[in-house]
Amino acid sequence: MMMADSGSSEEVAVICNTDITSAESENNIINTMVERGTVLLRKMEISVAEADKRTGKNTVNMQETYTVYLIETRPAESVPEGGTPAAPDTLWRRYSEFELLRTYLLVTYPYIIIPPLPEKRAEFVWHKLSADNLDPDFVERRRVGLENFLLRVASHPVLSNDKIVFLFLTEEKGWRDAVQETGFQDKVDSRLKSLSAMLRVKNPDKRFMGLKHYSDELNTIILQLLRVRARVADRVYGVYKVHGNYGRVFSEWSAIEKEMGDGLQSAGHHMDTYAAAIDDILEEEEHYADQLKEYLFYTDSVRSVCRKHELIQYELEMAAQDLTYKKQQKEELATGAVRIFSLKGMTSKLFGQESQEQREGRIAALEQSIQEGEEAIKEKDAECQEFVQKAWTDIERFKEQKDKDLREALISYAIMQISMCKKVRTLFLFLQSSFVPVHASHASNVSHLLPCVLSFRESRCGLMPKSASTKCEPLKGPNRTLDQK
Amino acid sequence: MSVGAPRGLASSGQKLITEMLHPLSAAEEQLSPWPDVTISVGVEKQEPGLTNGTPVEMSNPASTLQLIDRLQLDDELEADTQDPSETHDLFVTVDDPKKHVLTMETYITYRVSTKTTRIEFDLPEYCVRRRYQDFDWLRTKLEDSQPTHLIPPLPEKFVMKGVVDRFSEEFVETRMKALDKFLKRVADHPVLSFNPHLNAFLTAKDLNKRQGLALLTKVGESVKHVTGGYKLRARPSEFCAMGEYLDTFSQKLGTLDRIAQRILKEQSEYLTELREYSSVYSSWAGSEEQLQRPLEGVAGCVTTCCGAMEDLSDSTSQDFLPVLREYVLYIESMKNVLRKRDQSQAEYEGRLEAAVLRKQEDRTPIPVEVEKCQDKVECFNADLKADWERWQRNKRQDFKQLLTGMADKNINYYEKCQAAWESLLTVLQDKQTEDKTSETN
Repeated sequence: MMMADSGSSEEVAVICNTDITSAESENNIINTMVERGTVLLRKMEISVAEADKRTGKNTVNMQETYTVYLIETRPAESVPEGGTPAAPDTLWRRYSEFELLRTYLLVTYPYIIIPPLPEKRAEFVWHKLSADNLDPDFVERRRVGLENFLLRVASHPVLSNDKIVFLFLTEEKGWRDAVQETGFQDKVDSRLKSLSAMLRVKNPDKRFMGLKHYSDELNTIILQLLRVRARVADRVYGVYKVHGNYGRVFSEWSAIEKEMGDGLQSAGHHMDTYAAAIDDILEEEEHYADQLKEYLFYTDSVRSVCRKHELIQYELEMAAQDLTYKKQQKEELATGAVRIFSLKGMTSKLFGQESQEQREGRIAALEQSIQEGEEAIKEKDAECQEFVQKAWTDIERFKEQKDKDLREALISYAIMQISMCKKVRTLFLFLQSSFVPVHASHASNVSHLLPCVLSFRESRCGLMPKSASTKCEPLKGPNRTLDQK
Repeated sequence: MSVGAPRGLASSGQKLITEMLHPLSAAEEQLSPWPDVTISVGVEKQEPGLTNGTPVEMSNPASTLQLIDRLQLDDELEADTQDPSETHDLFVTVDDPKKHVLTMETYITYRVSTKTTRIEFDLPEYCVRRRYQDFDWLRTKLEDSQPTHLIPPLPEKFVMKGVVDRFSEEFVETRMKALDKFLKRVADHPVLSFNPHLNAFLTAKDLNKRQGLALLTKVGESVKHVTGGYKLRARPSEFCAMGEYLDTFSQKLGTLDRIAQRILKEQSEYLTELREYSSVYSSWAGSEEQLQRPLEGVAGCVTTCCGAMEDLSDSTSQDFLPVLREYVLYIESMKNVLRKRDQSQAEYEGRLEAAVLRKQEDRTPIPVEVEKCQDKVECFNADLKADWERWQRNKRQDFKQLLTGMADKNINYYEKCQAAWESLLTVLQDKQTEDKTSETN
């Protein structure tokens, strides 16, 4: 752990732990390369543009295949009037590096609700959706999730100012060393221990208790929702696919018919189209599931902020308890009144009093200890208050973000459903039209209208951008191009 | 009768709609420019008239199909190709179901109304009440007395007591429509409509079924006494074709039935999951503040979709499946008629062969009975051929109606769902703009 010197601008940010003073913490913010108070995303465009496969040797010297993601960054106002934007800076990162970044942030900013990463392995898999990590659809959704993570971090009022975040986006090679140098690793173990410890706080903070309770509820309910949604997807898949059998039978039937043959053949094709449509429909719905999953994982972050607060409070209570005990001990020594049973007290009663010198020595030692204890408590208390203040600011910010994001998720879900209903309804109208008798005065020119009914994949673009940018808009930043991928 | 060249069993592979030849594109015909026609079939919105030569520009596929929507689906054309010699002077209707509760049994009767100008009827109008049993009696009598004709089908006789409610509105409604169709078909038939049993059915106050009017047609009488034991040599190709067609068609109907039942099962399981899906949103709403209304909205919307799905499933079991099953029974009875025809022919051929042999031996002339047999066979063949054409027409009409009806129910389902989500969207987006304006204030 390095102590930051005020005035030197090249120091790496010091991690926040229980020993840091508020002055040092202030320093941290100053000593990052990005201007304090500005949000990183205002100054640069960030995207996770591509995914690629690599092979290499892992830590146990075995060959493995892994996916890397291309991070593109570009200064925000780089597009001249009417010109083409400059080529972005790029670097490659793999998932484990994202994880490392996140762990660093968790440890460095325990009062912040750290954005979650997309899931490492595909869960809540329904029917066809592959659980294979190298499956292109899964990789694509993960790419979107990673981009989302970066955008959230880069638009966060506190996190975006961290130098390590900046280096993650700009320094491909030297980044790992920079993170290690912060010494955050030492604190990872203690954090893990604190998260799993069973603490009993005497006077729990009502607000934090409420938050933890809400977070647990949200976690449970989203889990349930995702599970049921996967089952619903399974079932609706079955309904659509069985209709495909109609297609086959209509086709066979049309072979024995004279007048009805064409109509049946056409109807059969429409049934096939209907049966095939569900694949795209369900793939689109995965986007909604991903939005829910993000908030599922967010609840873990919320929980860990609450736990950290509990830990601080617990330590405060322990320190206070310890102080009280010491004070009582001192008083007892000073007055001779035995209120607290102690072995020393008993033995001195039995074997005779200690000398005046000895007693005064002990009193002095206790006084020293008491003073130190009082100092420690003052510090601890200040730390606690600062934690509460910072945490609560972030919690309020998070609550607003959550309400906005989830509402938008519901809106885009509704839009998706509407679009789906319209398209399938159109399909059935076409099926009906298979049986309309051909009559010159009615519909002779309808055939050229067919191209209007696009295949599902094509016409979907008009309604819904596929990227994750719907859920994380840069704060008044330049528009990211939506038509990537 | 020859069936058209069989279409290649195209792989029912997935094709883009854009690649498929649209049935309405008559490739050979010269496509006339869009005529100046206003298509309005009693709908609220009026499509603007389309001028000659202007290809319809449709950027919105939905409005394109509104046009197709409004094209009349009932077969105006079919009417043109019907036998012009048929006069329509006997009109029958089945309606007004009523439940009768007696000590020993409960049953439904239907009102059968008749309007006619035929002299075979004493009065121009009749109104009687009949129950299913009576219709069944009529059909049996028709089959017996007109064995050379194809008698239209009745709805299914037996229903599993535990499974289907015989007195539910939907069941009675479905049955009544089928009975109405049956009677109309009989009344439209140039031969069957003159059957005295039909007359009795339509006019008698009390249908005394046990008496059994002993008025059989000549052919009926003779066919009844057809002797078995003759082997058929060569069945004329047209009747072979009929038999083959019926076999294949029956098979296809069976498959359709099985598919429909599987769909019902899948839909039912889907419905179960969907209901739980809705309740999870409801319970989530309980722990939220700002998101409470949106989430409850989603829950309500999903519930509405559940209701719509229920309606769709109900219509599959009430409107779709019964028609399939009706036709399977119909085909069975038709195959019986074909068999009887074969028997008649076999008998004739047998007798003829015997007579020819005898003639060769001792110059005995061909007996009159053999000639009568020949008449019988020729009559049978003629009746069957005429009825076959009629049957094919009716079948086409029935199945077009069935399939467009099925499509229609699906359209209704998606329309209902769409409406539910659209109204939710309005709520969600309103709230959004509400919040935005309060933010900027």
